[in-house]
Amino acid sequence: METLPTLWFVLIAVLWTGYLFLEGFDLGIGMLIKLFARNNDERRVLLNTVGPVWDGNEVWLITAAGATFAAFPLWYASLLSAMYLPLVLVLLGLIFRAVAFEYRGKVNAHRWRNRWDWAIAVGSFVSAFGIGAALALTTTGLPLNANGDRVGGPFAWFNGYAVLGGLAVVGFALMHAAAFLMLKTDGEIRLRARSLLRRWLPVALLPMAIWAAAVAAQYGKAASWLLIVLAAAGAAAAWRFAGQGREGRSFLAMGVFLVSASAAIFGSVFPRVLPSTLNHAWDLTISNASSSPYTLGLMSIVACFGLPMVLAYQAWTYWVFRKRISAAHLPDQHDVVPAIGTAEFGTADNRTADNRTAADGTLG
Amino acid sequence: MEALDIARWQFGITTVYHFLMVPLTIGLGLLVALLQTMWHRTGKEEYLRMTKFWGKLFLINFIMGVATGIVQEFQFGMAWSEYSRFVGDVFGAPLAMEALLAFFVESTFLGLWIFGWQKLPARIHLACLWIAVLGSVLSAYFILVANSWMQHPVGVRMVDGRPRMVDAWAVFTNNTALVTFPHTLTGSLAVAGGFLLGISWYHLWRRRRDGIDTVDDDGRVLVGESAVIPGRDKTDHKVWLRSLRIGAVVAMLAFAGTAITGDMQGKLMFQQQPMKMAAAEAACHDGTSFSILSLGDVGSKDCSAVVAVIEVPGLLSFLAHNDFSTDVKGVNSLVPEYQAKYGTNLPNDPIYGDRAGQPIHYVPVMAVTYWGFRVMIGFGGLAALAALVALVLVRKGTVPSSKWLMRLALCGILAPFGANAAGWIFTEMGRQPFVVAPNPQLSGVDRVFMFTAAAVSPGVSAGELIFSLVALGTVYAALLVVEVRLLVRYIRGGVASAMPELADLAPHDGSDPHGSGPQPPANDDVLAFAY
Ligand code: HDD
Ligand code: HEM
Ligand code: HEM
Repeated sequence: METLPTLWFVLIAVLWTGYLFLEGFDLGIGMLIKLFARNNDERRVLLNTVGPVWDGNEVWLITAAGATFAAFPLWYASLLSAMYLPLVLVLLGLIFRAVAFEYRGKVNAHRWRNRWDWAIAVGSFVSAFGIGAALALTTTGLPLNANGDRVGGPFAWFNGYAVLGGLAVVGFALMHAAAFLMLKTDGEIRLRARSLLRRWLPVALLPMAIWAAAVAAQYGKAASWLLIVLAAAGAAAAWRFAGQGREGRSFLAMGVFLVSASAAIFGSVFPRVLPSTLNHAWDLTISNASSSPYTLGLMSIVACFGLPMVLAYQAWTYWVFRKRISAAHLPDQHDVVPAIGTAEFGTADNRTADNRTAADGTLG
Repeated sequence: MEALDIARWQFGITTVYHFLMVPLTIGLGLLVALLQTMWHRTGKEEYLRMTKFWGKLFLINFIMGVATGIVQEFQFGMAWSEYSRFVGDVFGAPLAMEALLAFFVESTFLGLWIFGWQKLPARIHLACLWIAVLGSVLSAYFILVANSWMQHPVGVRMVDGRPRMVDAWAVFTNNTALVTFPHTLTGSLAVAGGFLLGISWYHLWRRRRDGIDTVDDDGRVLVGESAVIPGRDKTDHKVWLRSLRIGAVVAMLAFAGTAITGDMQGKLMFQQQPMKMAAAEAACHDGTSFSILSLGDVGSKDCSAVVAVIEVPGLLSFLAHNDFSTDVKGVNSLVPEYQAKYGTNLPNDPIYGDRAGQPIHYVPVMAVTYWGFRVMIGFGGLAALAALVALVLVRKGTVPSSKWLMRLALCGILAPFGANAAGWIFTEMGRQPFVVAPNPQLSGVDRVFMFTAAAVSPGVSAGELIFSLVALGTVYAALLVVEVRLLVRYIRGGVASAMPELADLAPHDGSDPHGSGPQPPANDDVLAFAY
């Protein structure tokens, strides 16, 4: 009877893990635009490592939300409405990030680029932090009443777990991005990404490990601890492989860390999907929050075809764009000038304005 | 204002805004794919240029559709949690399928198309675009299935006070969805057609203005070339003339398509939501006449102040029933019917908050439905008419030199956008006071409905909603300015803005401050496209 809701719990956990694995590095790269890259060339290299794929990565988030709506409408409704304000910030962050990726290179001027760089960096940070907070709280619980509505005002969700979850996703994203850059770039950036990872990994992955341990302690399942040990081993391996210059393995080891930690977290909480901190009788679980077997069955068939297809063509994209990127591969940025006779219009200042800043576009 | 009103404003603003980007994405995407196909088939330079130029504008717009769409996906749970709980079993499925089957396809293959120039074999590169565009079309189908279910609930049974899906086939072949889908698609093509037409007109006009193209005594075009303006060669003329003609033809066909499908929608609406149609007509009494213009206070709640000024006898009856003499019910006779079926007051349920027990107004805001309907048809028709006139005016190969006509052509771009927005506002506000509209004539499942007053999130405060409304509103307004300015910049740049290599080919005589400069050596390693 409970097989379908269980299957969908697993699928949603898979979608979130897939989201963190894929968008993890492009959220991290977004933050590194301001934390790591030193000049416009380096920023462009960073952006272009994820250029063809970041939008596809983001759809994992949309699918996770949509699948939750379809399979566990009560979970979707309670979590999203309870976390109203932080999610508004997440949405704003995602909006700015998306637009900035596309618009940043469309005008060849320093001020323009600098503004969008901030939009990417701050947008990535805010969305990573907010999504981490929401995921942490769905595992540790929110103050919900019997109907699943938040009690206690707009900030009732806020507690240490929210901060822990936020730091966990931000830290993971930064390290995952470093591992990705080692794999996808060449030259100096590649080396600097390696030392970034070597220096910060033990600190940056700690919050996620603590989160997993806190949830494991709260719900007391032996298997969770096993997974946490595995996650720690993954982190250690990522660190070691990076030191040996084995970049592919280091990246995969980050994956082992994420998958084990996420399995530990979701596994501990199961069969709850969103506990109530006020009364455990009001916990949302896979049985009282799920859709009917008919809907779940229909969605299972769709997922059965859809998910492998998505994995296949996304993998193909990564293969098509598998080459390492360095500043030498980037085409010059060009100015966009009106295709009109110079006799009139305010075009003259347009041209000088672009000219003044053109140098910044090509030199690092 | 109460939470409910703020939530409604927020949903309306964000959705209509999203739908400014959506039709251009769908319509222009289809046209760009068509243009690249022509290039692939004929190998003609002008089609490559058209693909690149319109493709660039398509991308600038596309990303805004993505950014605002994410808000939509979360909004149901955030602001409309009771709604999400009520409909989740049936409504969530198309939304999840949209993400899994359409958004993934769209975003992944579009990424391949943008970055795959010269990297992928030409055929595969073209196929990527087609797959991405068909992904957009598929996403429109799924979301419209979801929306149509709110207009006309089918395929469900009530269990424990909530609709449960029992017949997925009925949900996905809802007759409302099957007519709404082609109507929206053709509406999107109308947007894209007007877009091509207006911008191409500007460039043809510009070429004349700069003395590049001239006309002979018969008014026939003499195509010239400019030595100093990047990209302004003879092929450039072909680019704009052909784009203009394609745009005009698409705009006219698309309007015909909206009219045919819209007529079918109207007939369904008379059965499924008779009050909406009566309100769209400001029709108070039963009758057969279609009002072209009614004066008085069409917004009044009791209908008494409405005076029909121009009426076409029989037309309303034709719209509803395909004959000229069957009476169509007006508001005055519908209100008691609705009251008998769904009550005169909201139930005394805490879910309705302060509104519990208050009387229900079954008549939607008539000024909105009445004018929404007319603006949709009117703007769409105007754009189609303008397209016809444009085709006639350019029959000799270029546009008239009038600056005012050029401005009119540019303004004309806005008309189909307005028609689309008006159509949605009419559809959604005409459904009030229901968020899930009931089926009075049992063409769907009876007794499945939800009042909008019950749909909003009970736990979310008015303050939170005001914060998000202001924040989203401000950001949306700012981004609209940025997007439009960027579009204008690229439009004014002409084809060279999307193909910088054209600027390098242009001969230079020293007067151009933008000399081509030293070019990077032809190097296979340099990406054809990069951010
Ligand atoms: C360019 C855009 C455009 C144009 C020219 C038209 N429409 Fe439209 N119309 C829309 C864009 C639109 C829309 C935005 O796409 C709507 C809103 C929701 C929907 O399904 O389509 C819509 C809704 C809509 C509805 C409401 C459906 C419902 O509530 O279920 C009707 C009855 C019509 N239209 C009828 C027409 C007729 C008879 C038209 C022409 C003679 C027409 N429309 C032209
Ligand atoms: C699946 C698709 C859609 C769903 C589920 C949906 C649902 C809703 C909901 C829940 C509301 C708020 C309650 C209300 O005031 O009616 C609403 C209002 C509104 N929606 Fe839709 N909508 C959809 C698509 C659209 C689209 C694409 C547009 C047009 C661009 C649109 C235009 C509006 C407008 C203008 C309002 C405000 C109506 C009002 O405040 O009375 N909707 N819709
Ligand atoms: C209110 C309901 C709606 C929701 C929840 C919704 C959801 C979304 C989302 C999440 C995206 C971004 C996808 C991405 O990141 O790639 C998007 C974009 C888009 N949506 Fe909507 N949408 C709504 C209304 C509509 C309607 C009514 C249509 C068509 C008739 C439509 C068609 C599209 C298209 C073509 C895009 C272009 C950008 C893209 O898909 O990436 N949407 N929508």
